[in-house]
Amino acid sequence: MNYQFKWSVLWSGQSGSWLLQGVITTLEISALAWVLAAALGIVSGALRTVPFRPLRAVGTFYVEFFRNVPLLVWMFFWYFGVPPLLPRAAQDWIFNHGAEFWAGMFALGVYHGARMSEVIRAGILAIPRTQFEAAVAMGLTTFQAYRLVIVPIALRLIVPPATNESLNLLKNSSVALTISVAELTFQTRQIETYTAKAVEALTAGTLIYLILCVGIAAVMARVERRFAIPGLIARGG
Amino acid sequence: MADAAIRFRDVNKWFGKHQVLADINLAVSPGEVMVVCGPSGSGKSTLIRCVNGLEAIQGGDLVVLGESIVRSGVSMSALRTRVGMVFQSFNLFPHMTVLENIMLAPVRVRGLSATEAEKTARTLLARVRIPDKAENYPANLSGGQQQRVAIARALAMQPKIMLFDEPTSALDPEMINEVLDVMTDLAKEGMTMMVVTHEMGFARRVAHRVVFMDAGRVVEEATPDAFFAAPKSERAKDFLSKILSH
Repeated sequence: MNYQFKWSVLWSGQSGSWLLQGVITTLEISALAWVLAAALGIVSGALRTVPFRPLRAVGTFYVEFFRNVPLLVWMFFWYFGVPPLLPRAAQDWIFNHGAEFWAGMFALGVYHGARMSEVIRAGILAIPRTQFEAAVAMGLTTFQAYRLVIVPIALRLIVPPATNESLNLLKNSSVALTISVAELTFQTRQIETYTAKAVEALTAGTLIYLILCVGIAAVMARVERRFAIPGLIARGG
Repeated sequence: MADAAIRFRDVNKWFGKHQVLADINLAVSPGEVMVVCGPSGSGKSTLIRCVNGLEAIQGGDLVVLGESIVRSGVSMSALRTRVGMVFQSFNLFPHMTVLENIMLAPVRVRGLSATEAEKTARTLLARVRIPDKAENYPANLSGGQQQRVAIARALAMQPKIMLFDEPTSALDPEMINEVLDVMTDLAKEGMTMMVVTHEMGFARRVAHRVVFMDAGRVVEEATPDAFFAAPKSERAKDFLSKILSH
């Protein structure tokens, strides 16, 4: 093996600022998509359990439609497919305002929202039906029973699988490089192109993803302990 | 008896092909305590769950506090603020403290301020004899304490009627009395109550009327004295011999 390692490519020239830009973009697109996914997931996951068939159908349609198309296809769809359908002025406007970022964010959010939905539905299904009955028996409407009792309990139960989904979402944000969002993977590829140092660039990218994910997992573990429901199986960690 | 608190008129209900309530005609007067007993599967829980609309009836009419609840457009949530319910499995919300459990509906449904609701909640906790548990979570209470909180939570809405669905069936024997005592207090204060229970001692002491159900029908309806001294039907005699022998 005669490969010459040159780690300094990671901080010489523009590499450092590229990586930093990449991390920021990855965190931005992931955070926004996460908020969208959580909102869609909670609403559709809850809808699928309510005692009203048409609403359940809406939730089911969303989940099956959005989780069963590859994320990459969604990215292409929202970036290449949707804009031509818009009026000329709107097209110009979005292409001048980071269309690739918003298309990527939207694709990531709706795709992971559909997956999050199932996690939340599983959490709701774990709650005894009598909890819902107790809530409505005191005069809460179905909506209030969900908002104040059912969803808050479900969210506390699903922190571990929701953490999984959140990490997947962050890692899947790398797919957005295919529609030229300048996120972390895009930037490591750029460093590789400019320096021909693939191992160094990809190692840097790998480590950064690892650090981000371990950090998020640690935060979620704290959230889990902070909001644990007293009386359920005690958690370690 | 035009102004009965609860009136069942020819009420019928099926689960699929199985008839769970058959031709029920019953009236509960304001201030009356009615105990409903009968073997398991006789429809007694279903009967009281109809009163606050947790179960829908399929035939007949059910009038609660002067309002037919089978009429279309009737607001179940509004009805339920006037009809409290206590369940066999307590059903306190596990992520909320005792105080939060009791304050939830007064604040969210009645629109009371948190200060007002807390004051009422603490008074009610004193009334169910656990004033010191306000900040605890349900998991840290005994079954008897949880059920008393559930009663306080229902009372917080100042209901006109209280429904009890086997309130002591999930309790250890030594905790049954603390719950029955609270229910007895409530009865003495003149609360209209429908109680599904196997506690025949409670029925004897507190009930104004005992209803015995079997296979979805009201088989007997009598004062406790008459019912326990001389049940008319074979089914009731058989039931009482089984339940009173231990």
